[in-house]
Amino acid sequence: MTQLPTETDRKMGLVIDLDTCVGCHACVISCKGWNTENYGAPLSDQSPYGADPSGTFLNRVHSYEVQPEDGLAQLVHFPKSCLHCEDAPCVTVCPTGASYKRVEDGIVLVNESDCIGCGLCAWACPYGARELDAAEGVMKKCTLCVDRIYNNNLPEEDRVPACVRTCPAGARHFGDLGDPDSDVSRLVDARGGFDLMPEQGTKPVNKYLPPRPKDRLEQAGAAPLAPVTEEPGGFLGWLDRALDRLPGGRH
Amino acid sequence: MSHRQPDLELSPKVSDEVRKTTCYMCACRCGINVHMKAGPDGKEQVAYIEGNRDHPVNKGVLCAKGSAGIMQVNSPSRLRAPLKRVGPRGSGAFEEISWEEALEIATGWLKPLRDEAPEKLAFFTGRDQSQSFTGWWAQQYGTPNYAAHGGFCSVNMATAGIYTMGGAFWEFGQPDWDHTKLFILFGVAEDHDSNPIKMGIGRIKARGARVIGVNPVRTGYNAVADDWVGITPGTDGLLILSLIHVLMKSGKIDLDYLARYTNAPCLVAQAPGTDQDGLLLRDGDGKPLVIDRASGTLTPFDQPGARPDLSATHEQDGVTYRPVLHLMAERYLSDEYAPEVVAERCGIPAQKIRAVAAEIARVAFDEAIELDREWTDFRGEKHARMIGRPVSFHAMRGISAHANGFQTARALHVLQILLGTVEVPGGFRFKPPYPKPSEIHPKPHCKATPGAPLDGPHLGFVQGPEDLALKPDGSPARIDKAFTWDNPMSAHGLMHMVISNAHAGDPYKIDTLFMYMANMAWNSSMNTKGVMEMLTDTDESGEYVIPRIIYSDAYSSEMVAYADLVLPDTTYLERHDCISLLDRPICEADAAADAIRWPVVEPDRDVRGFQSVLIDLGVRLGLPGLVDADGKAIYADYADYIVNHQRKPGIGPLAGWRGDGTGAGRGVPNPGQLDRYIENGGFFVSHIPEEAAYYKPWNAAYQDWAVGMGLYDSPQPYLFQLYVEPLRRFQLAAEGHGERQPPEHLRARIKATMDPLPIWYETDQQGNEGYTVNALTQRPMAMYHSWGSQNAWLRQLHGHNPLYVPTKLMRDHGLRDGDWVRVSSPHGQITVPVMEMAALNDNTVWTWNAIGKRKGAWALEPDASEATRGFLLNHLIHELLPPRGDGLRWANSDPITGQAAWFDLKVKIEKVAPPAESQPAFAPIASPVRTGPDVLKWKVGK
Amino acid sequence: MHPARSVILFTTLSGLGFGLLIWLGFGLPAVTGWVAFVFFVLAYLLAVGGLIASAFHLGHPERGLKAFTQWRTSWLSREGWASVTTLIVMAIYGAGLVFLDSRWSLLGWLGSTLSLGTVLTTSMIYTQLRSVPRWHSRLTPALFLVLSLAGGALLAGQTRWAVPLLIFAGIIQIAHWIRGDAALARSGTTMTSATGLRGGAVRAFEPPHTGPNYLLREMVYVVGRKHAARLRVIALLLMVAVPVICLILPFSHLLAALAVLSHLAGVMVSRWLFFAEAEHVVGLYYGQR
Ligand SMILES: Nc1nc2c(c(=O)[nH]1)N[C@H]1C(S)=C(S)[C@@H](COP(=O)(O)OP(=O)(O)OC[C@H]3O[C@@H](n4cnc5c(=O)[nH]c(N)nc54)[C@H](O)[C@@H]3O)O[C@H]1N2
Ligand SMILES: Nc1nc2c(c(=O)[nH]1)N[C@H]1C(S)=C(S)[C@@H](COP(=O)(O)OP(=O)(O)OC[C@H]3O[C@@H](n4cnc5c(=O)[nH]c(N)nc54)[C@H](O)[C@@H]3O)O[C@H]1N2
Ligand code: SF4
Ligand code: SF4
Ligand code: SF4
Ligand code: SF4
Ligand code: SF4
Ligand SMILES: [Mo]
Repeated sequence: MTQLPTETDRKMGLVIDLDTCVGCHACVISCKGWNTENYGAPLSDQSPYGADPSGTFLNRVHSYEVQPEDGLAQLVHFPKSCLHCEDAPCVTVCPTGASYKRVEDGIVLVNESDCIGCGLCAWACPYGARELDAAEGVMKKCTLCVDRIYNNNLPEEDRVPACVRTCPAGARHFGDLGDPDSDVSRLVDARGGFDLMPEQGTKPVNKYLPPRPKDRLEQAGAAPLAPVTEEPGGFLGWLDRALDRLPGGRH
Repeated sequence: MSHRQPDLELSPKVSDEVRKTTCYMCACRCGINVHMKAGPDGKEQVAYIEGNRDHPVNKGVLCAKGSAGIMQVNSPSRLRAPLKRVGPRGSGAFEEISWEEALEIATGWLKPLRDEAPEKLAFFTGRDQSQSFTGWWAQQYGTPNYAAHGGFCSVNMATAGIYTMGGAFWEFGQPDWDHTKLFILFGVAEDHDSNPIKMGIGRIKARGARVIGVNPVRTGYNAVADDWVGITPGTDGLLILSLIHVLMKSGKIDLDYLARYTNAPCLVAQAPGTDQDGLLLRDGDGKPLVIDRASGTLTPFDQPGARPDLSATHEQDGVTYRPVLHLMAERYLSDEYAPEVVAERCGIPAQKIRAVAAEIARVAFDEAIELDREWTDFRGEKHARMIGRPVSFHAMRGISAHANGFQTARALHVLQILLGTVEVPGGFRFKPPYPKPSEIHPKPHCKATPGAPLDGPHLGFVQGPEDLALKPDGSPARIDKAFTWDNPMSAHGLMHMVISNAHAGDPYKIDTLFMYMANMAWNSSMNTKGVMEMLTDTDESGEYVIPRIIYSDAYSSEMVAYADLVLPDTTYLERHDCISLLDRPICEADAAADAIRWPVVEPDRDVRGFQSVLIDLGVRLGLPGLVDADGKAIYADYADYIVNHQRKPGIGPLAGWRGDGTGAGRGVPNPGQLDRYIENGGFFVSHIPEEAAYYKPWNAAYQDWAVGMGLYDSPQPYLFQLYVEPLRRFQLAAEGHGERQPPEHLRARIKATMDPLPIWYETDQQGNEGYTVNALTQRPMAMYHSWGSQNAWLRQLHGHNPLYVPTKLMRDHGLRDGDWVRVSSPHGQITVPVMEMAALNDNTVWTWNAIGKRKGAWALEPDASEATRGFLLNHLIHELLPPRGDGLRWANSDPITGQAAWFDLKVKIEKVAPPAESQPAFAPIASPVRTGPDVLKWKVGK
Repeated sequence: MHPARSVILFTTLSGLGFGLLIWLGFGLPAVTGWVAFVFFVLAYLLAVGGLIASAFHLGHPERGLKAFTQWRTSWLSREGWASVTTLIVMAIYGAGLVFLDSRWSLLGWLGSTLSLGTVLTTSMIYTQLRSVPRWHSRLTPALFLVLSLAGGALLAGQTRWAVPLLIFAGIIQIAHWIRGDAALARSGTTMTSATGLRGGAVRAFEPPHTGPNYLLREMVYVVGRKHAARLRVIALLLMVAVPVICLILPFSHLLAALAVLSHLAGVMVSRWLFFAEAEHVVGLYYGQR
């Protein structure tokens, strides 16, 4: 018996392209802006102008260095928000039912008016996707912009999460990952999309696309260029011959 | 129990109204939709900001700063009323005064100056987006001392581009994102085209095209690059010339393109010792001559039907003339540019340089693309198709903010041109009003006459020594010494030298320093501490050495404390602004575009838009163009000016909806113009016809379109200048030719650096002994210079900045993350925390720019992390090179353009015990505004 | 995990309180009247005091009743039910002892079982969390239960039981530590699985924000290894060794009180370590092991 729906009609989620994310934090702030003004209580900030400002964010962009054994170090920007897990431990631990997974689309939400702010769901989430708002005392998490994606007051093309709409690099994709024919599912197939912490058994809906292999030019690039001539001054001779071959040249 | 879920309101009302305007959280100028909602008091307030999908710049996306605009418009740091200094300069002690009093004070200072010695006003503006207006105002006032921030920003990039090809990277052009297959980025962390570059990189990656990043630091764009070239700072010129070496040597250059569109076939006199040596052979009209390959005869370059010969030489009057391409072959085929020779200096293995060259050649020549578009060139020849070499380049301050940056940027342009990839499909494309060759830009003007306007615009492009801004006695006419032998091609002025020179009285003393939107007492100055001292220094009589300072800012910045009179500006959502084609417009390669800002909210403080204040002040001063014959104001305010001012008949600040509302580019003023802009989302776009979209400098259809838009007065086809003759003219002067002669101490430098073909030279290292580590800054994508830190959301992203140190130096110095180091340069020292970074050039350290803050500024608590753990690298960078005992003040600038050489900094690092806070620490300034609340729970709607 | 005072107090006090109730339910010691009253008041003060302490860490304690709704899935909700039921059952049972001088032993056994169950549910709140490998083990309920039983025995004056139980608790505690120290490494969750980044060693570079945040405050708490080792010794000494010695020595009220107080302090130290040493896997995203 579980409080999670046995199955959801769709599995809406995000696909994040680590090959393209430039780490600009646009998604972080647009998320903050939208979700402060919309769903539930505002995302508050403590000591916003003081020594250690600290606020609630539903999406944060990490960065990691990858050091291959031989080869140049790489840097990867890594946005992370709720992955809307199919087996979401954050939902089953919740004592009040405030945390739930929507049966229509699989979005994991917190019903703030039921939340007692016990914090257990945040403990249960292995990804750090939940933050207890210090001013409001309720749990906050990515809503997948549930108040945008079906919103009749928005033009059709804007019915996507705020972070997706704003991402300048186009590194964030939104769609139904339960539908194998959706654009996002195809992208995941084509690019080898993967789960975060699969061993935690959460079955995340969101997928990540790996960075493409880097620094391959010397191995995989074009063959080295050969000089047109080895003779000293031979370049001008080559130039003359080459010019003759141009349209309008002397044949 | 079955699953249980509440009912949700899935279609909440998003806002009461959407007002569309232009972002100014940075200089990229994206279109924004400002969602308004009634607040608790019933007044409409900004509730949410998103990108405008129709806008040509950002097409709907928005960066972090743009989305955080709401925290800027409501920032506790906003100035609230005009301020008059009551304590000593730098203390921050002010009293609030009325606008009437403020304007009276300013008029009382500026009017007598104008009547006696207008050059004693130095009016310098920062990243001003109204330069065509502020410059015009300064011209009407009559002072030669006007410029904006370009000199300390990227004038090398602008000038090298414009002299070479009539346009530059910066905001003047962009890669052909839709067609390029290989994109190579030199020295860019963020750039002005913030969103377009990200969108572009995203698009080419989605297509599977490749990116190469050349940068000592692998973050951001360089992190997503497929290949990283972690170059040693300051050596890009050498790397690029080495690429040119390999490409030329293997014949991988576009001869057809070079012959048709560049001065590669132009003929250079080989007449050592004469005043003609190195100049181009021209006809009686001054047109460069080439040899027609078909007929073998001399002909003007633009002769219909001519086939300029890249190889033929010419003898005339005992002088041999050789084509530019010969000179290039001679220079660049030399072994001194072989990858194996430059590898160590550049910090890049020779094999890698060869691999990059091979990849460039492969994509340019084996993957050439063709668009089925007919076009006609300036010689009247019709082309059935547009051929593209889909390799594109972009570069910015990483190559330009070095004292060899002009020549490095030139080298990069020459590389692109050799490949035939400029203004072709898949290559680099200009944005209107570019292309625009240096010859048709204005020349600098500097003749000040008491009580009268200046003799012409301040800034421009010199063509030779005769155009320098020198007084009759040969001394600099301008306070910043722009357009002098020190830096002849300083097309944007040298804002970073103004305070230093004014303080030194070199070349002369000034009376009033008037600054706008430039945080000169902090992050935008080199030698920050020294500048603070210069601003507060007094002479024997106890008077300030710089007697008066007027400053306009919108926020409580560090610079505010150093002004005698502060004119508080509005925020960007509270005023009219104009992003004009006369200025730094927002065009795209396929379209001309301009935009406005308009007050989407009314200010709730006693502040006024600076441009309107300048108009008011101009009226009080009776400046021509601002008052009519009766001394009455011509323009009520800036909005009125934007609509009704005409630079030339029919041409005004805004190009859209002119005349009866149908005019584009040209037309009489239209009183309804601003309403049309607002209806259209705050911007205007005019698309370039398809057949005019590429080959713009030579494309007859483009030239005609540009004339129609008012960008040119007549068609202006020209050749790309691989060989830049104006540089040679300065060399000739240095060799002793001509009337205007450089001072002796500069002769050798001019001869060495102002080479008409790109060269690489090591920047001046005198006095740098023992300082061997390169130290750089990068812009964080989510912060704009100093303004970001007042923003409650943004400052959580970058609240302090470590010094990033490469793994090797961490090991060498026994450092671990969180340790502190003393970083010193010949000029000073700072003590800061470190963090390790592996994806970094082995001999380079860096930090984020402008995160460090002065205590008391920006309405932050005095213990704000920006002030206690954040720091500025600027304390280590001096505006002058170390003294050489010759009594001369050698600027830390590019010798050709005066570009501030921020990135030439060399340091050493030593591990030290952690101090209580980062050093140097300064006494707090008194805040002229309150500090912010302890908790933010922002919500406008219910 | 952040060793919050409220959760340390809650688990320690209520563990002891319910532990005492277990023994009282079994009629050990077989008290009635005033003596029973004192024992029950002590047990209730501890159990209820612990529960009240736990409410301090709620954002909205006034909505506390909602926590009873999800007993089918949530161990926290079950703990609510278990504790309330236990307290009611034991109240009736206690009322019998105190006021009617009668021991309804069936009810007592039921109460004891419920008390045990309550401690079990408390421990399961932590045990269920896969995200905290140190807790995600059968040893966690074992530890909670044996400590509760031992502490209860101690309070109930069941020296015969208390000594072996205390020693047993010490053994389980050591086992929990030993297993716990390797738990994260054995969990299979690593920087690589967290980020999915392959092709080289992964190192956290810049954190997402330079400032602190809820996750770091709540989930990423780092104790120095030496400090932890010292505290472990202290915990064992106070929780097990001192009480055992006190109990072995000839009985005196002073020694008994000392045994109880020492045990209480020791369990608190143990609980502090239980939280402070527990590595939440989210720390991996922040480069914290
Ligand atoms: N170490 C180091 N130093 C550098 C650089 C570097 O790379 N490294 N880069 C240099 C470069 S390229 C530049 S362009 C400079 C930039 O330096 P600045 O141009 O000084 O940049 P800001 O800090 O943005 O300061 C501009 C001032 O404008 C004010 N302002 C903002 N909005 C408004 C407004 O609407 N109206 C008015 N009136 N004022 C406003 C801000 O409050 C601030 O005080 O920094 C330079 N300094
Ligand atoms: N978010 C944001 N956007 C901005 C600004 C901002 O403050 N914030 N400022 C605006 C302004 S005024 C400007 S001028 C532009 C500047 O935009 P950029 O040109 O991107 O300027 P920087 O951030 O200084 O980045 C310089 C880059 O050059 C690299 N570099 C330094 N030396 C060398 C070198 O010798 N060779 C190479 N190949 N690389 C080198 C540095 O590592 C860094 O990545 O950005 C504009 N856009
Ligand atoms: S990511 Fe975390 S919060 Fe989101 S569904 Fe999964 S477990 Fe729950
Ligand atoms: S914090 Fe709120 S949503 Fe999370 S488990 Fe507790 S009651 Fe449920
Ligand atoms: S989907 Fe919405 S709530 Fe979730 S991270 Fe994106 S913007 Fe934030
Ligand atoms: S907005 Fe896009 S590119 Fe920027 S950090 Fe977020 S995902 Fe990455
Ligand atoms: S790049 Fe960002 S800050 Fe700059 S104008 Fe665009 S949205 Fe505004
Ligand atoms: Mo700049």
